[in-house]
Amino acid sequence: MYSHGSESLIKQAREIQESELQKFYGRLVRLLQAKEVGHETIDSLQRLHLILSATKFTRILPPELHKRILLLISSPLEQLQVLSSAVLRETLPLSGQEVNYSHLNSHAASLLVSQARSRPDVAPLCAQLFRTLESRQSEGPAHSITHTLPILNTVITHSPECLTEEHVTLLSKKLVDWLRYASITQGGGTSSGGFFSGPRSRQPGPIAELDGTVSGDFFTVLCVGQGFTEDQWMNVYSFSMLRNWLLTYHSVSNCNTTADSDDRSEVDGSVISMVSATSSSSRLLPPKERLREKAFQYCQRLIEQSDRKAHKRTDTELQKACLVEAVCILDCVCLEDTSLVYRVFPCIKALYGRLCSDLSFARVLVPIAQFYLNHGEMAAVDCEPVWQLVFGRFPAELFNDPFLAHELLRFLRLNIENLQLRVPQYTLSFPNLLKFLAWDSSAMVDDFVDLLPSLVTAGTAVELLHTLLDLPCLSATLVLQLRSACLPITEPSGRILQALDAFRNPSVRGLFLFLLRGEAGSGDTIERLSTLHELLTESADWPRVIQCAQTVPVLLHIFFNTVIKVADEKLLAHLILVQLERSSLLLKIPKYIKEVHRVFSCHLLKLCKLHPSLVVDQSHELLEFAGTTANVYSKEEVYTHVVWVLGEYLSVSCDARCSVRLITSCFEALEAVLFEITSSAPPAGAVCPNPRVITTLMSALAKLASRSHDLIPRISLFFSKLRTVTRGGSAAWCSDEEDLVAIVTRGEELWSLLKAPGVAQSVLTPPPHVNTAQWHRDTNVAMPLQLRTITSLTHSQ
Amino acid sequence: MVRCFLVHTVCPVSALSAAESRVLYSRVFGPDETVQHEDLDPEERRLQQRERVAVVARQVRSAVTLSREASGRQLVEMVPGEEALALQEADSGVVRLRAGDPFSGEMSALWVAVQSLGFTMVCEPHENLLLAEGTLKNLTRHCLEHLHMLGPGSEVLLKGDRIDVLLSRLLPHGQLLFLNHRFAQSLEKEVSAYMTK
Repeated sequence: MYSHGSESLIKQAREIQESELQKFYGRLVRLLQAKEVGHETIDSLQRLHLILSATKFTRILPPELHKRILLLISSPLEQLQVLSSAVLRETLPLSGQEVNYSHLNSHAASLLVSQARSRPDVAPLCAQLFRTLESRQSEGPAHSITHTLPILNTVITHSPECLTEEHVTLLSKKLVDWLRYASITQGGGTSSGGFFSGPRSRQPGPIAELDGTVSGDFFTVLCVGQGFTEDQWMNVYSFSMLRNWLLTYHSVSNCNTTADSDDRSEVDGSVISMVSATSSSSRLLPPKERLREKAFQYCQRLIEQSDRKAHKRTDTELQKACLVEAVCILDCVCLEDTSLVYRVFPCIKALYGRLCSDLSFARVLVPIAQFYLNHGEMAAVDCEPVWQLVFGRFPAELFNDPFLAHELLRFLRLNIENLQLRVPQYTLSFPNLLKFLAWDSSAMVDDFVDLLPSLVTAGTAVELLHTLLDLPCLSATLVLQLRSACLPITEPSGRILQALDAFRNPSVRGLFLFLLRGEAGSGDTIERLSTLHELLTESADWPRVIQCAQTVPVLLHIFFNTVIKVADEKLLAHLILVQLERSSLLLKIPKYIKEVHRVFSCHLLKLCKLHPSLVVDQSHELLEFAGTTANVYSKEEVYTHVVWVLGEYLSVSCDARCSVRLITSCFEALEAVLFEITSSAPPAGAVCPNPRVITTLMSALAKLASRSHDLIPRISLFFSKLRTVTRGGSAAWCSDEEDLVAIVTRGEELWSLLKAPGVAQSVLTPPPHVNTAQWHRDTNVAMPLQLRTITSLTHSQ
Repeated sequence: MVRCFLVHTVCPVSALSAAESRVLYSRVFGPDETVQHEDLDPEERRLQQRERVAVVARQVRSAVTLSREASGRQLVEMVPGEEALALQEADSGVVRLRAGDPFSGEMSALWVAVQSLGFTMVCEPHENLLLAEGTLKNLTRHCLEHLHMLGPGSEVLLKGDRIDVLLSRLLPHGQLLFLNHRFAQSLEKEVSAYMTK
């Protein structure tokens, strides 16, 4: 597909020599001077376009050439229009370029729009477009006014203030005409031809619906005919821009009508809603309100038309797109005029009833859910079934539809506050919602970074943490679920044979079903988690699982940062325990375990810093963890941090419940481990412990000893032994000589510090006010600061 | 409306680094983004626009690579004539472009990846993405057919005007159109007439 040939073409275009380029320009000018336009001219223009677009810097054309190309824009030959427009887009406009706004074709207009620097540039184009629309006859081919609407749509998207009040009124009226009153007979177009065709066969027949039946109502985008009239084309273009138009000029904040007309439209609206809708009464409405009314009727008709069975697949897809658009427009219209809700809701409700059991319409049901969220309360409608669909069936069954996932998550993001308020099951639905992430992590992680904080509540925090840690398992399970549905039971499935077997095995199926649950609340996690991890061992190198594992640390950070805002100390204590427990209970993906440990360590530190009394509170579990030598080798990062927090926060100043006995038992546990790891080589299969573990253990022991002076002789004994043993320059438990020196030096520092126990205590466990810098307020310290400042000032002079 | 449409590589290109993508065709609709905000000269604006397009291409390339890796599907070589099949087998998805990266507002970049090329359409997120997806797939099929992209040629570089005409009918000025098969047929006839000249 993409070949060396293309690469070399681009290279040539980029590296063309100046002299060759000038020759080329000259040749092209000569070709354009000729009357005939031949293949060579077209070829050269195409090459010119490639040359101009291949470089980042802008090439400027010689003025003669530029002018000639500009003339081509109004050529009758479309290829010249297109090529000249494309070429001129890639270069700078000529200064002092005069633009003739009349007789602009579509390509010329797009060039003007792309070159527009500011509002004044676009305004004359706008004015010309409106002049074209106002005139009854269009001069060019049938499509010459059809492009006015797309251009106008571009203009109003970027600078809506370009249109005056008059323009808005005029176009509102035109839109009403095209949308509601387009012809209902087939357009001119080609007759079926043939020898026997005569005037009779050329009489235009009525338009038809997509299922072939003759149309009984006004023309819409879902009507077909042999050919189309101009106003039918305008019907299509009008509907295509209708929503943008309504959003730009009809949104509640945008209403620049006077107070009087506001009241009038409200009264009119409420009168109309009490009378059954007939188009005649709407003639009394001002243009904006009339457009709204017609938009409502058009959408209603589309919804009815979408129920028909279209003959072609592309038309069925179009019907779905029309449903989405219709619901969005109706939502827009109801937001603008809330009295319409009573007329619109039955329509939407009926549509919901029609579609809710068919998952292929899931993407239509998302805007319907938005409508229910916006107006359901006002209309006092039960929205429960809608939420069950959105939070229940969709994530559970359609997690692998990237477009649905994108739209559903966007819906959640836009309505977070509303959902948290009105939909209590939102915060319980995370096991289901996370399926989107587990399946397509790279695409969905961005959305979940935004959504996750809203899913963290005190009631479900622990379960959420477990769920996040097991996301890779969920990812593997979803893969198995899909494969299981596709493959028959007896056929060998190749690579994932074992895991698939396990998935289908009734005795362990419950484990998988827990992961696949739809709602939180049935338990934080399962007891046989290690069994599940074993069954899924082979999934550790599936790309989908690996991608999922890569997104978990980010989410864990967000989880912890959010949970400290909503959790009380009891919950935080529970979370610490979960961290300790799960640090050895993770799916065995190598980098994954390391990363999770790193996140745990970081947040363990943060939690304990915020609530130091947690350490004394959970001292039993922390000590158990710290006293297990195997943890030094298998969970080094977490172990180091646990030891550190024990050393730092196990003191009376942090929590009055800290007794001498507690300090002593902690000391003994850590001392035992330190002795063990520094007396022999590491066990088979493990590497030497990181020097940091050893120094952290030593510091922690020193800190504890400084708080209970009876322990000082014991630690001093250790330091002296350390010095003796390592005098040789190497040890079985430390492979690097420099590291060993560092460890021994640290030991010496701590040892000499402990020789003066009082000093040791204040150095190793400084009172809190020392750590918060307030030098300028501390009279003892301020003097040196003052002196230094004065010295530096006098010195510079 | 659609902000831009681009055709770019999603396979490794020898002259570029691993993550980069070669943009073979790009069309930005509407006046330049920065019109209201800064007083840049046209050259700067063109450069910025190109960089924005390059950022989109890179992000889509990365999304395509990850998606293909995750699904583990093998890429099957297709030959000219199998355009419809190539489209059926193509991967597709959507990337969320955050506000500021690279457009000032949030955007949704829909993509279809046919072997080594990606076809991307950047829309405002509130746009009808169902319609956009259909339009994108239709555009992709036409591009594959009219520019013989399944073959080894480089027509996409030299015959970009064909894509311009295609866009002018099916996505005029970035406007997504609700076209039933009859309207679509009529427009496609015009496009075919242009292509055969």
